[in-house]
Amino acid sequence: MTFNEKLTAYKTIVTKEYLRFIRIWIQTVLPPAITTALYFVIFGELIGSQISDIDGYSYMDYIVPGLILMSVITNSYANVVSSFYSAKFQRSIEELLISPTPNYLILAGFVSGGVARGLIVGLVVTMVAMFFSDFQVHSLLLSFTVFLLTAILFSIAGLINAIYAKSFDDITIIPTFVLTPLTYLGGIFYSIEMLPQFWQNISLINPILYMINSFRYGLLGISDTDITTALIIIILFITGLFSFALYLLNKGIGIKN
Amino acid sequence: MLALKISQLKKCYKNGTEALKGVDLEVEKGDFFALLGPNGAGKSTTISIISGLVNKSSGKIQIFDTDIDHEPALAKSYIGLVPQEFNFNQFEPVQEILINQAGYYGINRTAATERARQYLQQLELWDKRNVMARELSGGMKRRLMIARALIHQPKLLILDEPTAGVDIEIRRSMWDFLHRINQQGTTIILTTHYLEEAESLCKNIAIIDHGRTIESTSMRKLLAQLTMETFILYLDKHTSTVPLDIPDCEIRIIDDQTLEVDIEQSNNLNHVFEALSRHDIHVLSMRNKSNRLEQLFMHLVDKNRNNKELAAALIQTAQETCD
Repeated sequence: MTFNEKLTAYKTIVTKEYLRFIRIWIQTVLPPAITTALYFVIFGELIGSQISDIDGYSYMDYIVPGLILMSVITNSYANVVSSFYSAKFQRSIEELLISPTPNYLILAGFVSGGVARGLIVGLVVTMVAMFFSDFQVHSLLLSFTVFLLTAILFSIAGLINAIYAKSFDDITIIPTFVLTPLTYLGGIFYSIEMLPQFWQNISLINPILYMINSFRYGLLGISDTDITTALIIIILFITGLFSFALYLLNKGIGIKN
Repeated sequence: MLALKISQLKKCYKNGTEALKGVDLEVEKGDFFALLGPNGAGKSTTISIISGLVNKSSGKIQIFDTDIDHEPALAKSYIGLVPQEFNFNQFEPVQEILINQAGYYGINRTAATERARQYLQQLELWDKRNVMARELSGGMKRRLMIARALIHQPKLLILDEPTAGVDIEIRRSMWDFLHRINQQGTTIILTTHYLEEAESLCKNIAIIDHGRTIESTSMRKLLAQLTMETFILYLDKHTSTVPLDIPDCEIRIIDDQTLEVDIEQSNNLNHVFEALSRHDIHVLSMRNKSNRLEQLFMHLVDKNRNNKELAAALIQTAQETCD
């Protein structure tokens, strides 16, 4: 395939993925906006008003970055895991497998679809947040970098989950039993400095803690973790997972008999 | 030039099942080739390996002299596949399925839209272009898969039972369409359980059984192997008066007014008609008992199985002797 043909193939996958989730925006874009609005009302307004400031910010402002990033994580992951598994289930993935499209473009196309949904939902949630909080952006570049890298990371993770999944149950197990606990324990609603030393150390094993804190630093200028370390961790995870996903596609694991 | 060359293709699954034990196949450019075999013989596995859906265990495959291991993308670009099962996104509009498939081959949207219009019109699906695929009838879905396989204008079209479950009218129109495509230069490989379909469309044929090629020849040569034919004769009189001693044929009474006649292909039925006329019995109508290819197919498959059983028995006897 020439460069232009590869570009066309990539654009085709991305457009298809984009249209897939936009066509069903009531199921994909609207629910995170409503859920986050409820978080702001309940945790920010009602409970948050009883909680003292954290690092100089009101509780409402403090939870904004975490809630935005949580929506990016869950939606990027959900988009790719459901789309790729559905393609496997309906066997429409064979349309791609018989074509000359290289595996790295298949991977990049699905991941871009997940990133697109993560970013759109993230922006919608940010707009919702603006009704409840008047936060100022500390570093737009860092905020956007973390926002984008997190979406890429969890899109790849979703694809790996879909490759291994053999039933629809398998695509909900990881989000329910791994992703959600790690996200909630990743410092969305609290600073790890509030925890006893033992639990602070345990929290530092959680990679999502670094993402949320670096994004919080980008928006508010405060963080429990070192930003450089956080960025290195995210990039290492992306590199590792991308290589692993590509290996699985090249070997045909989970998609070829 | 060969459109497809397969040498000693083997596939062994992780559970130990040997789906292919050594398939050899050569398909000439421009051919309309039938790949036949009983269920589970290995036809679909062979096709899946050729098109990149299944990894082979060993063997070599070349598509228009391009090795699928060395230049997989180029080899894939030559092939259009119509699989046995529906494998498109049921929730996508018909036209989008074609345009997306073209995109995966690097064809831009403008060109893909034009090609989609052309094939949808030719396959009488143009009116359904904006309909979700799941809303199509079975025959329409089959035609959609043919249109999708042709969208990148492949040099080799592989059809795995394309007319399964399709009514006779649509089947005939699909045959006409495939015949036209073949006339225009596309090499076609067809697997089917309708042997009449293979006989009327294909020039060459291979039969696979138990993961091995047991026959690969021209349709003409294969049919020439047939020595006996069976006819059903419908009579105007009761069969009790029929003479059963007519020479050069074997006659069986089926019911009151129906006979079954086995006759060598080199003979004709005239002497049978004359013998019946002498007894004032006339033939109202007649037909071949079964498709000629079907008879041969069953013969070859049975022969292959008998040989296998014989070999197994010999091995067992040899082992018992050693013990």
